[in-house]
Amino acid sequence: MSNPDWPLYEVFVRGKRGLNHVHVGSLHAADDRMALTHARDLYTRRNEGVSIWVVRSSAITASTPDEKDPFFAPSGDKVYRHPTFYDIPADVPHI
Amino acid sequence: MTTAPAAPADPAGPADPLQQHFDDTIARDQRVEPRDWMPDGYRRTLVRQIAQHAHSEIIGMQPEGDWITRAPSLRRKAILFAKVQDEAGHGLYLYSAAETLGADRADLTQRLIEGRQKYSSIFNYPAETFADVGVIGWFVDGAAICNQVPLCRSSYGPYARAMVRVCKEESFHQRQGYELLLTMMAGTEAQRAMVQEAVDRWWWPSLMMFGPPDGDSPNSAQSTAWKIKRHSNDELRQRFVDMTVPQAERLGVALPDPELRWNEERGRHDFGTPDWTELQRVISGDGPRNAERVSRRRAAHEEGAWVREAAAAHAAKQAQRREEGAPA
Repeated sequence: MSNPDWPLYEVFVRGKRGLNHVHVGSLHAADDRMALTHARDLYTRRNEGVSIWVVRSSAITASTPDEKDPFFAPSGDKVYRHPTFYDIPADVPHI
Repeated sequence: MTTAPAAPADPAGPADPLQQHFDDTIARDQRVEPRDWMPDGYRRTLVRQIAQHAHSEIIGMQPEGDWITRAPSLRRKAILFAKVQDEAGHGLYLYSAAETLGADRADLTQRLIEGRQKYSSIFNYPAETFADVGVIGWFVDGAAICNQVPLCRSSYGPYARAMVRVCKEESFHQRQGYELLLTMMAGTEAQRAMVQEAVDRWWWPSLMMFGPPDGDSPNSAQSTAWKIKRHSNDELRQRFVDMTVPQAERLGVALPDPELRWNEERGRHDFGTPDWTELQRVISGDGPRNAERVSRRRAAHEEGAWVREAAAAHAAKQAQRREEGAPA
């Protein structure tokens, strides 16, 4: 079923045209092409997808949970980036 | 990269901010995700539960797989193929979830074929006739649905998400089983008798799928506190009985329990006690098919070794050619 020499791949599926690819899980495969066909067999047995991306898990760079606070802090104190920050009189239309 | 903060003197104490953050996440009913800090016990419990669940799906291919070559029609054969393929898929979703906790997939397979990790006791019973295929879909997949629907809200994100996929597909499994039985019940007297015999064989083992009674389930309290588990074994068993009784009536079969009756006061069914010594026996390896199930899984793994090696060799050769700039 799996082999220590077969790397782990993460699988992303586009459910239908107009949607983003979404992460659905992972699998092991000997190479990229096998990862794609395995992903088709495993994650799209019932027309769940129109497009698949596979990428080696080792190639993903992720933010770490430890960095959570400082890493996302720059967006935390900028309330003026949100439309609700601005007071507009109720009688102004279409805004 | 992640640097582990210095461990406080009492890791479970309120002074530990990591533990506190984990506890808050559980209390707020939010999901724990793979790279979050989590207590070792939580990780170990999940790996054990998810691995057992994955192994059950993989071993669960065997009782029904036996009937693929003997299905009575092309329609039934195609359905059975699809169902058994789904079980493989469910096993792989779950192994994928276990890997997010740091488990190694090849190691999990090794543990299964060496008998170091368990799988559901139900798959150690044989599918004697084609009616058993129907009853497995109806009872075993029905019981699995009772167990798995609450797991879609399990506190560990990857496990819960795998369960959502699994539950969507289980519904087909249960319905194909019930439909198969309806077809047989509309057939000859011999076919109806065959269905009843299969029901008699599978009813009690299916009730045992929910595990030992609550008073005898040592890990349940902690799993419930961690919101890995949402309902007790006995509660899920009761739900299964209440759900199945009217289906049995509609089908025209008798469930083999003289104590089974509607309890007006409770608004639920009373039912007899499964033979817990039998469950213990089957779990500890002495069921009707334990040895065969594991040895077959081992044979499949060993006989497939050359395919895995060939694919790896091919991949290595292609990679080398690309490196050398030659057309792949």
